[in-house]
Amino acid sequence: MSHEQPQERPQDRPLTRWQRFKDNDIIWSFLHSPGAMIAAAITVFSILACLFAPLIAPFDPFDPSQISLWDGKLPPAWVEGGQPQYLLGTDNQGRDMLSTILYGGRLSILVGLAAVCLGMVLGVTLGVISGYVGGVTDAVIMRIADVQLTIPGILLAILINGIGRAFLPLELRQEFAVYVVIIAIGLTDWPQFARVARGATMVEANKEYVQAARIIGLPAWLIMVRHVLPNTLRPVLVIATIGLALAIIAEATLSFLGQGIPPTTPSLGTLIRVGNEYLFSGLWWITFFPAIALVVLVFAVNLLGDWMRDALNPKLR
Amino acid sequence: MTELLKISGLDVDFDTRRGTVHAARGVSLTVRPGEVLGLVGESGAGKSTIGNAIVDLLESPGRVSAGSILFEGEELRGRSEAEMRRVRGDRIGMIFQDPQTSLNPLMTVGAQLVETIEKTNGKISGAEAENRAIELLEQVGITEAKARLLAYPHQFSGGMRQRVVIALALAGDPDLIIADEPTTALDVSIQAQILDLIKQLCRERALGVIIVTHDIGVIANIADRVAVMYRGEVVETGDVAQILGAPTHEYTKSLIAAVPRADRKLDRFSSVDYIEGGTTPFKRIDIQTHWLGESQRERGSGPAIEIENLDLSFTLQKALLKRNRKMLQAVDDVSFTVNEGETFGLVGESGSGKSTVARLIAGLYRPDGGQIRVIGQDVVSHPKSATARTARRALQMIFQDPYSSLNARMRVLDIVAEPIRFYRLTDRESETRKIVGDLLDHVGLGASAALRYPHEFSGGQRQRISIARALASRPRILICDEPTSALDVSVQATILNLLKDLQQELGLTMLFISHDLPVVRQMCDRIAVMRNGGICEVSDTETLFSAPTHEYSRHLLDLMPRMDLLGEA
Repeated sequence: MSHEQPQERPQDRPLTRWQRFKDNDIIWSFLHSPGAMIAAAITVFSILACLFAPLIAPFDPFDPSQISLWDGKLPPAWVEGGQPQYLLGTDNQGRDMLSTILYGGRLSILVGLAAVCLGMVLGVTLGVISGYVGGVTDAVIMRIADVQLTIPGILLAILINGIGRAFLPLELRQEFAVYVVIIAIGLTDWPQFARVARGATMVEANKEYVQAARIIGLPAWLIMVRHVLPNTLRPVLVIATIGLALAIIAEATLSFLGQGIPPTTPSLGTLIRVGNEYLFSGLWWITFFPAIALVVLVFAVNLLGDWMRDALNPKLR
Repeated sequence: MTELLKISGLDVDFDTRRGTVHAARGVSLTVRPGEVLGLVGESGAGKSTIGNAIVDLLESPGRVSAGSILFEGEELRGRSEAEMRRVRGDRIGMIFQDPQTSLNPLMTVGAQLVETIEKTNGKISGAEAENRAIELLEQVGITEAKARLLAYPHQFSGGMRQRVVIALALAGDPDLIIADEPTTALDVSIQAQILDLIKQLCRERALGVIIVTHDIGVIANIADRVAVMYRGEVVETGDVAQILGAPTHEYTKSLIAAVPRADRKLDRFSSVDYIEGGTTPFKRIDIQTHWLGESQRERGSGPAIEIENLDLSFTLQKALLKRNRKMLQAVDDVSFTVNEGETFGLVGESGSGKSTVARLIAGLYRPDGGQIRVIGQDVVSHPKSATARTARRALQMIFQDPYSSLNARMRVLDIVAEPIRFYRLTDRESETRKIVGDLLDHVGLGASAALRYPHEFSGGQRQRISIARALASRPRILICDEPTSALDVSVQATILNLLKDLQQELGLTMLFISHDLPVVRQMCDRIAVMRNGGICEVSDTETLFSAPTHEYSRHLLDLMPRMDLLGEA
């Protein structure tokens, strides 16, 4: 109920950080929603599996000595003609599918995380400034965001990616392809973060604690960093989670279109692309398993984001 | 007389993850036809819960766990949702606090009334229902009722909207009306009219009325009998004159003693130790030798705040051309002077511009025209200059809403220490922490509060944290913008006492903004009455209360709740 007073415990010792954490409503909500827990388990499992790919993967897809073209295009182990050491079969170059998916997923998650971080830092910075300062600054920043949002994200990413690669000398393109992709997706992402951060900032900036800080005489940047920013992070966190799923998809799409990571470096997108060419020759497993991995990962992250949106929204509780 | 409603031994429980909260325990009440029962208590006392439990509108996870609710001799507990819905519209009407949200903004007032009338009266033709709607609007005192049927809620003022809500409650011709804080969201002048209306309807139609309120003034004006609630229990029931004049329960006594008196000036509010812990200072500090007192030596002799011909207008509707813009003159040619060491009151109803003046002085808004001098320094023409900044540092503000005035993500230590750290008022961090501890002790919270977060404190305690933060800048002027209007009356008394003490010890100048005349009378030396952005009258407190010169001041004074029922507490 709204007017229940907090229990007063003047004589108690202040809670430790760990007690506070356990007592937190969000942690409680998490432990009481099975969907969120399953989603989190899948996400954590996928991320760990990908991060420790070199330790768990049965083969190293980058080691030419382990690859033999003779073993190429083998179906999964349980299908006729499959070999037990290649559980999910092999691709056209004879690489073990399971190992390639783990290594590829690693790259996809890394690119997704880095791109979201870039978009978040850029978007939140601009959004908070926009919402707090207002006036012309606000108008300029938000109109840029509006214009950017009129262009479909993936086209923009392709554009930025193309420009980025054009500026790199030929011999560095391969090496820096991953960074170019991260920048391309990150730059595409920022308006979402800016909008959310700006909205939250405008709400917070009118609250009395911000006015109190202004009366103390704190400079605007300090108020933004110390007072406004921490209070805008909840909605930002929600869209960052959903943004992670979108960034992973964006990377896959770019790579699928041949605009992202070169096919020699496996990512989920490049694997699906390569497999796509063999789909009609009956080699379904080359594209099917990476696609399933992508769907499961994105679905779990999205579920997590959905739960987080509900749990962090005080109005829905 | 027979009883219309008889509640006996009612328990309401809320099962939460931290155990069961007993919102009401063993509550027994009766309401007779033609009688107004006042249900009074402070926040969290369970008074609204009782009202909701009667009509089975408890918010989840609340449930009635014991007792009976007899309405006209029939048990209401255990009825199906469909049956309860009929009871709610037909026989029990509800009036809620906020007329803004109790009406559907997308439907005309007439449509809402006709819908309710048709639902509750069964077979009735459209024309009949409309006539009935007009009749109801006339009964609640809305003129030109026929034309108003086509109006939308936003075209009505707050008071008119509450009248429509009352008409809606009457639509099913109920025998009992439950009014949950029906006037809390309204200005005093409208509050009086609405209360009169409810009382008149109660007499004419022999309705039973339950008024749920925290406001002793409302009770004194309208109730026949009163039930006082404290932590889920009814501690005392009786006639209004007996409860207010000669209360027997300790809680009632302290509650009534804490009500600010409009009829005479007291030195201090009688302190209420019954309710909130931590009201007595843990450890007083000697101001004269303490860090906190150091700034007092800088005291000058001139006026603390001087404002001349202050103007500010807000844009209501933007437009490219100046003549198409709609402006609101929020502050209109306001001038006054606050002397060093005095408490200057600004009173007025909502929208009078009193808070805007405070924010102008504090530098949160820039005026369109006029002069503001803080301790003799011009702070308007060059707000960023060093002199203006120093002058402004001598000025701090305490806000109305204790829930939004503290940053929820910072510890109390960091909140209070912020000005000290920012201006490097101490040499060492250990010294800062010691001063913060002293400040928290001094405002009655205890130094151990420093490591907690704001959400662990109640409203009154948060207001004490705000006061400690304001004092940490070592101000000479304190602006208090409705510092207690969000608080319970008992907590209000302790906060006002604290402010008074601090002012005397530190020789602070205070600008005290409030809509509550009795509070202003207790706190202020001089008072300015504001209306529509302008000042009506500036005079000494006692002169204003005994011989107001301006017509509007007289009007405001007339509207003060009558306290003649209160004894010599």
